[in-house]
Amino acid sequence: MTADPNSVSQESITVTTPDANPPLPDSATSSAPAPTVQTEAPSDPTTTTGRAVTLSGLHAYYGTQHAVKGVDLAFSANKVTAIIGPSGCGKSTMVRCINRMHEEIPGARAEGHVLLDDQDVYAPGLDVVSVRRAIGMVFQKPNPFPTMSIFDNVAAGLRLTGSRGTPLKERVERSLVGAGLWDEVKDRLHSPGAGLSGGQQQRLCIARTIAVEPDVILMDEPCSALDPIATLRVEELISELKSRYTIVIVTHNMQQAGRVADSTAFMLNGELVEFGPTSQIFTNPTDERTEQYVSGRFG
Amino acid sequence: MNAVDDMTAPTPPSRLAPISARRRRTDKFARGMLWAGTGLALVPLALVVYYLLSRGLRAWSWHFFTSDPTGRFIGDPGGIKSAIIGTVLIVLLATAIAVPIGIGVALYLTEYGKRSRFANTVRYFIDVMTGVPSIVFGLFIYIVLILSGTFGGFAGWKGSVALSLLMLPVVTRSSEVVLNLVPSGLREAGLALGAPRWRLILRVILPTALPGLVTGSLLALARAAGETAPLLFTAFAVNATTFNMGQQMNSLPIQIFNDVRQAQDRIVDRAWGAALTLVLMILIATLLARLVSRRSRTK
Amino acid sequence: MTTETATSRRGGRQIFGRAAPSRVPDRVLKWGLTTLAAFILVLIAFFFVRLYVEAQPAFDTFGHLGFVTGNEWNVSQDTYGAWPLIVGTLITSAVALVIGIPVAVAVAVFLTELCPRRLRGLLGTLVELLAAVPSVVYGLWGVFVLIPRLKPVTQWFSDTFSFLPFIGGEVAGPNYFNGGLILAIMIVPIVSAISREVMATVPAENKEAALALGATRWEMIRTAVLPYSRAGIAGAAMLGLGRAIGETIAVTLVIGNAPQIGSSLFDQGYTLAAVIANEFGEAASDPIHRAALIAAGLVLFVLTLLVNMVARFYVVRAERSQRIGRGERA
Repeated sequence: MTADPNSVSQESITVTTPDANPPLPDSATSSAPAPTVQTEAPSDPTTTTGRAVTLSGLHAYYGTQHAVKGVDLAFSANKVTAIIGPSGCGKSTMVRCINRMHEEIPGARAEGHVLLDDQDVYAPGLDVVSVRRAIGMVFQKPNPFPTMSIFDNVAAGLRLTGSRGTPLKERVERSLVGAGLWDEVKDRLHSPGAGLSGGQQQRLCIARTIAVEPDVILMDEPCSALDPIATLRVEELISELKSRYTIVIVTHNMQQAGRVADSTAFMLNGELVEFGPTSQIFTNPTDERTEQYVSGRFG
Repeated sequence: MNAVDDMTAPTPPSRLAPISARRRRTDKFARGMLWAGTGLALVPLALVVYYLLSRGLRAWSWHFFTSDPTGRFIGDPGGIKSAIIGTVLIVLLATAIAVPIGIGVALYLTEYGKRSRFANTVRYFIDVMTGVPSIVFGLFIYIVLILSGTFGGFAGWKGSVALSLLMLPVVTRSSEVVLNLVPSGLREAGLALGAPRWRLILRVILPTALPGLVTGSLLALARAAGETAPLLFTAFAVNATTFNMGQQMNSLPIQIFNDVRQAQDRIVDRAWGAALTLVLMILIATLLARLVSRRSRTK
Repeated sequence: MTTETATSRRGGRQIFGRAAPSRVPDRVLKWGLTTLAAFILVLIAFFFVRLYVEAQPAFDTFGHLGFVTGNEWNVSQDTYGAWPLIVGTLITSAVALVIGIPVAVAVAVFLTELCPRRLRGLLGTLVELLAAVPSVVYGLWGVFVLIPRLKPVTQWFSDTFSFLPFIGGEVAGPNYFNGGLILAIMIVPIVSAISREVMATVPAENKEAALALGATRWEMIRTAVLPYSRAGIAGAAMLGLGRAIGETIAVTLVIGNAPQIGSSLFDQGYTLAAVIANEFGEAASDPIHRAALIAAGLVLFVLTLLVNMVARFYVVRAERSQRIGRGERA
């Protein structure tokens, strides 16, 4: 179902030191954020449409509460990276910083750099709308627009951004096919999206996200509201999608991380504890806390 | 986002291209319209307040508050003493009628009726009462209390009854909301102690909800104080000050209504002075209501 | 251990025994409150019946339909047809809605989605203050400030756009438009307050979904906020309409009180509520005039009742669909 985690090229993975300090190869100390952050060489160019994402010195706050404390992390293009950690460790917050959804919460702010390839998402003067256009997001609870039909839900993003060339209908169909939902809904495209089952709704949301053709898809516990069978469908879908997108998935379910992710990051109390190939994180972690967590001793 | 500052955006981001000029214009235009709409809504308020102050203060004097209207069209038109006293008495009596009944009905709805069919019917008709125009209440009281002849002619207390009909739905609805906010844990704790329900209501529920009940009653009072229509053919109007609620009574709204229609500068001035007085009285009641609710929230 | 058994043994009889006397006040309270609630229902029924009975002479003379559709309201000839009043009520209310609803919805959207948090409380309070100004004060202001200032503007408008239907000709000082404008000001606070409540219930997930697709703030409002709150806004508008129809004193002062159907928006007119406020004093001695005014009150009552029932239908539907929406996503 998933790609063999061991196939991940080692040089694209950064392993953190136990105290969650500067993780990037060749970078110096955590106190001074590196002006530029190295990104790994692009993967096989024939499959690359996704782009690498690099976080450096990322801090996030809710008012005075410090939720993400200086995370440095590199997500390889066209790979699935899972973020695991106990509730409240800041994993969702960190992911929401990547497409700047974090700042939509009143009182919330973020500091640091998030690079999409070599472009800083937090560059001054950059339009936040264009960031979200390039970095899509799937949320914890399926959230189709309740007033729209299935078709309109998928077309919503396209209508906003203005579909380029290809007719709307084709793009919607392609997205629904891409989300593995086409066969189930093709006869009732104009019935309300809210009438679908939870799992179908979540795949509808994925279709809506891929319709605007982002480079990166962030998934914030996309299966936590779904039953096991629906979860399985979404996980299969994730594995198919990674050929075209870079995927970051937050999950509280370690089995899920093991099934879908090429590499896995473990977070605790707002800090990145360890990052490496999924197999290594689960079988042979270097940090004691990671080991305790993956073996189910806390969290 | 301090960290961003030391990072100059290298090249104009290609993938993070800014959104189309048309979309940005639409967004700006729509936001501008929303700003403008809100501003537009406040223009009348500013104008009303400005004219009330500039014209009203001019009319104010010691004499203005301490003398009754003379009823003369030439020379000194007199002040508004009888109107102020009349308004205070009529509104206080209306409150004394509406508040106990309103809270009683609300208690029935929250403590006994709950979701029963009868309770829902009562709720429905309370809502219906909210929508009844105030002048229709005036007509009704005229028919029942004056036309029938059993209670004599125009009288201050009949004006109070008409106003209390107006206040009743406001008091009931706001009290129901507040009573529903009393934690059910408190009710259960009381009942589990073996307290009879009436004691529970008197000792626990009413005291807990008291600030909210006071707020709702004060807001209803403020609304009733400005009403003219129900008083037109119930309390009617006389010039002289009276404390006898069985007699015809003057009131501020009626005084203003009658003065507006006199083409006499000094009488119109009195209308502005009376209007400023009335608005200030209503404002004080409203402020008091807010103060009570704020005090209870901080507690 | 020993004390426990002791109390329970000792208390067993006593507890049940003690319950009986204290039940009396409980019953009194319960039935007292129930009677009070029933009293409300009786009151409204009585209300309706009495209005109808007192209006009967007018209906007997002109017929039910004849009274409502009669085109002439002439006190000196004792001829009473309410049609000009109904038309006047509808025109002023329509003007109020056309002007007031967009402004009220703009206020609501602005305050829930755009306004900086620090300003929100202040602006919200200011808009609510519009509702604290009594009707008679709006009337006073309308007569002495609004009408004289507005007249040149409306005259210019009337001349320039005279090719439009119901526009053109000499502008009367007091007219339908003035009435409608004052009503618009008066309904903005209630409509925006209810719209705000409805918009506040739009789930954050829906708004985030739109933003995450790369929607601008306005596009987010258009795709997530407005469609979701449509029913609630419709209900708020209907409640505003109910207010506008029943509003009396301010309109009485600025509409001109001419019992005719004006040929333009800027003609003098009359409304149901205004006619009652204006003529009741002189009608007390003339039974048929009085009955006609009470009948006008009854028509007004029924009209507001219908409007409020529709409004309630929409608001309840909005609440219900939101509850279901939340339930599904929970």
